[in-house]
Amino acid sequence: MSEATATRVPASPLGTGTAATPARRNWVPYALLLPGLLWLTVFFVLPMITLGSQSLQEGNVDEGFVFTGNVGIYADAFSRYWPHMVRSLSYAGLATVLALLLGYPLAYFIAQKAGRWKNVVLVLVIAPFFTSFLIRTLAWKTILSDNWVVTQWAQQLGITDVLQAVGLTSTDSLLFSPFAVVMGLTYNFLPFMILPLYASLERLDPRLLEAAGDLYATPIQAFRRVTWPLSLPGVVAGTLLTFIPASGDFINARLLGNTQTTMIGSVIDSQFLRVLDYPLAAALSFVLLVVIVTLVALYVRKAGTEELL
Amino acid sequence: MGESQKGDLHLVALTKTFGAFTAVQPMDLTIPQGSFFALLGPSGCGKTTTLRMIAGLEAPSAGSIRIGEQDITATKAHQRNVNTVFQSYALFPHMTVLDNVMFGLKRRGDKDARRKALEALELVQLEGLGGRKPAQLSGGMQQRVALARALVNRPDVLLLDEPLGALDLKLRRQMQIELKRIQQEVGLTFIHVTHDQEEAMTMADTIAVMNQGVVEQIGDPATLYEQPRSTFVANFLGQSNLLRAKVVPGSPREGVALVRSHDADLEVAVDHLPQGASDVWLGVRPEKLRLGESGGPNRLRGTVRDVSFTGVAIQYIVRMPWGRELTVVQQNDGSARATLGEDVTVSWAAEHGFALDASQDADAGAMVEDDV
Amino acid sequence: MNGIMNWIRRHLVAFAALVVLAYLLVPNVIVAVFSFNDPEGKFNYNFNRFSTDGWTNPCGTAGICDAVGLSLRIGLTASLVATILGTMIAFALGRYRFRGRSGTNLLIFMPMATPEVVMGSSLLTLFLMMGLPTGPLAILIAHIMFCISFVVVAVKARVATLDPKLEEAAADLGATPFQTFLRVTLPLSAPGIAAGALLAFSLSFDDYIITNFNASPSSITFPMYVWGASARGVPVQVYVIGTVMFLIALTVVMVGQLISNRRNRQVA
Repeated sequence: MSEATATRVPASPLGTGTAATPARRNWVPYALLLPGLLWLTVFFVLPMITLGSQSLQEGNVDEGFVFTGNVGIYADAFSRYWPHMVRSLSYAGLATVLALLLGYPLAYFIAQKAGRWKNVVLVLVIAPFFTSFLIRTLAWKTILSDNWVVTQWAQQLGITDVLQAVGLTSTDSLLFSPFAVVMGLTYNFLPFMILPLYASLERLDPRLLEAAGDLYATPIQAFRRVTWPLSLPGVVAGTLLTFIPASGDFINARLLGNTQTTMIGSVIDSQFLRVLDYPLAAALSFVLLVVIVTLVALYVRKAGTEELL
Repeated sequence: MGESQKGDLHLVALTKTFGAFTAVQPMDLTIPQGSFFALLGPSGCGKTTTLRMIAGLEAPSAGSIRIGEQDITATKAHQRNVNTVFQSYALFPHMTVLDNVMFGLKRRGDKDARRKALEALELVQLEGLGGRKPAQLSGGMQQRVALARALVNRPDVLLLDEPLGALDLKLRRQMQIELKRIQQEVGLTFIHVTHDQEEAMTMADTIAVMNQGVVEQIGDPATLYEQPRSTFVANFLGQSNLLRAKVVPGSPREGVALVRSHDADLEVAVDHLPQGASDVWLGVRPEKLRLGESGGPNRLRGTVRDVSFTGVAIQYIVRMPWGRELTVVQQNDGSARATLGEDVTVSWAAEHGFALDASQDADAGAMVEDDV
Repeated sequence: MNGIMNWIRRHLVAFAALVVLAYLLVPNVIVAVFSFNDPEGKFNYNFNRFSTDGWTNPCGTAGICDAVGLSLRIGLTASLVATILGTMIAFALGRYRFRGRSGTNLLIFMPMATPEVVMGSSLLTLFLMMGLPTGPLAILIAHIMFCISFVVVAVKARVATLDPKLEEAAADLGATPFQTFLRVTLPLSAPGIAAGALLAFSLSFDDYIITNFNASPSSITFPMYVWGASARGVPVQVYVIGTVMFLIALTVVMVGQLISNRRNRQVA
């Protein structure tokens, strides 16, 4: 039974195959794995199957649903909601790039420059993460509101004009705009970017940078040839941990956005819980899953990092 | 030689302080182009800091560094024609061996980088391993890659920071000979930082012995060994027996002075005696001492307290009546051996002794040999 | 000249880091400041007047303390169960060689690579089809599910750094496998397990999206309460609780750092 549980799942491209200590007693690892993997199988894998099944059913909440194999629901879901899908992926992608740009200097600073302040700064990065992120997102509503300094500075410095020009805002305000949503997403998932980056930058031997300088590399060349390639595992892990949750998130879009910024997660949420159109909601959810898994698989293959786990 | 050459390295009053701690006292040093120069000293003596200042990895607190006429004090590491073989090698783990060796050439836009790198790998006897990653090589091979990576740039000065420290003894001896061969072949200036006196003496033309941020003595290995000018050098380079003595006026023979130690009159070559000294440490190397009276006119009697056989030699500890223990090393040449507890005479020649100013600590530099 | 350039460059990174750190912390400062507000209307978005009402009367708004209580109960239970299950998996992965290793890795990785909205909705379809009720138990099941993977990652990272020779040494000194585990492996893995448990608790306590799919009208967790309030009007107590959480987190993480620092110092 335990043997079956551990071997049934298909072979993974992410497997590390690290050699642990030689096998002691054969049943021990399976006994250790069984309860956890069983939990994940019943409450993660099985729901994916019921989700697929739900999407192919027809009916309504009062009379019940029957499986009809209605594949057409996918065409319907796609034609109605592809803009939301594209929007979600673009917002998430933009937020991921921003988080990388913001997170890298901070992670680098903590790992290589902070000295005795290292632990303090690390705590300050982690601690906000423990305060309910809904409350922190509400705080952004205050910060970005029209009568606060942030918006006023942005207007005076012409930043609002730039944002309007690139289409991230449509008025002079910052709040209730794509800009606010992307900023919120960046903010919310930044710690997920910083921690893996920090982990890989901390392992970076500063002597390698000295060696690069000794071998005629300018600081920029040393970064490009040594620091960046050696931090790639952290970059890959960080971008995944930011992009995936950001693409499914709808809290930032609802609290900081407007009706034009609705993300796919929001549609799934309201179709399930308010419209009660389970098949359509399930189909959308399934499509999102497939899109994300495909993107992640392509990305991981391209990045060539097989040490994610 | 003798005349200042274009590529000589000049350190002028070079100083480094870290807060209140002075790592390198103002240092003046000229290292001739093409020489194999060793900076020798215990850990914390300032030798690595000196090296890092020459490499441009550490900014001097005062003083200047010149190569020939060119002042490089203010230039950064990547602007200096100086390369380093790092103690831990610091090979780029994500690049192949060949990419590591080509790194410096490519940064300077050398079109011929690949050919030069392959030649350098041949020079260090790693031909055919260019495609491997550093982690796939043994420690000795990694050391060679680090050497090739620095050499290939043909720097004005090549710095070696304890380059053999991570290798086992046998490999170390082998690499010492190898390094010497390569240095002679390419004719570059090598500055080798080490705490291993044997390594420094095997390889270097000139050694600067450093202690507590100061160069104690500079010279060729033989001079440093035979005529140390401080107790630190006497003890750090090999072993020394030091006896407290007073200079006695007058001279028994031409070129020989007399000192008195514990009621014994002992001869020492005049040019091994500091000018105008009255209280001195009289030093003799263990292998210059003989059991019996065959060693020379200087004689002391004592009791054998320890005998250890090392194969090529036998080492005796002989205790003097006043408690001082002398170490005597005799070649295992078939002559009669002394036994434990035997009363013996220890003798040596006047030219084998050296006298040092008595104000110094007799044990300076004695216990640091294995300190890394 | 070079010295100046150097100075600027070195401090440019520090400056950028400081700005990003401020970006991360400003909302917490706002939350703390607004916990002392006496809001004008229902929404606590503009600072009106200083007041300690929220702090002296944290349960002053209907339902808020019930919601916090439910979130605490679910968070503690979920993190306990997920830590046990996740730690077991991490030990199996870190200490044994077995068939199905890559499959296990994939199954651990997948929940982290799946958007929450997909996990929440798929779990809802499971409960619907099985005819199981949503509510606190469903929420607990869901939270344990998504916390396991994070615990595995945290504990595995620690186990991977442990020297297997220590366990061999214990065995060599006559310890049974179980004693070795209890006296050597487990204590050495404790920091990883603690980190995993802390992470699991915070993920559970903070989750809104998955929770919302599996909740019933009678099971309002704290994030659900805040979500509802964001539409109706946010009471100042929400900011008080947010501040308290931040302070508790700060204390817990600081103490954890101090303990590990002290240990490291003892080892060194």
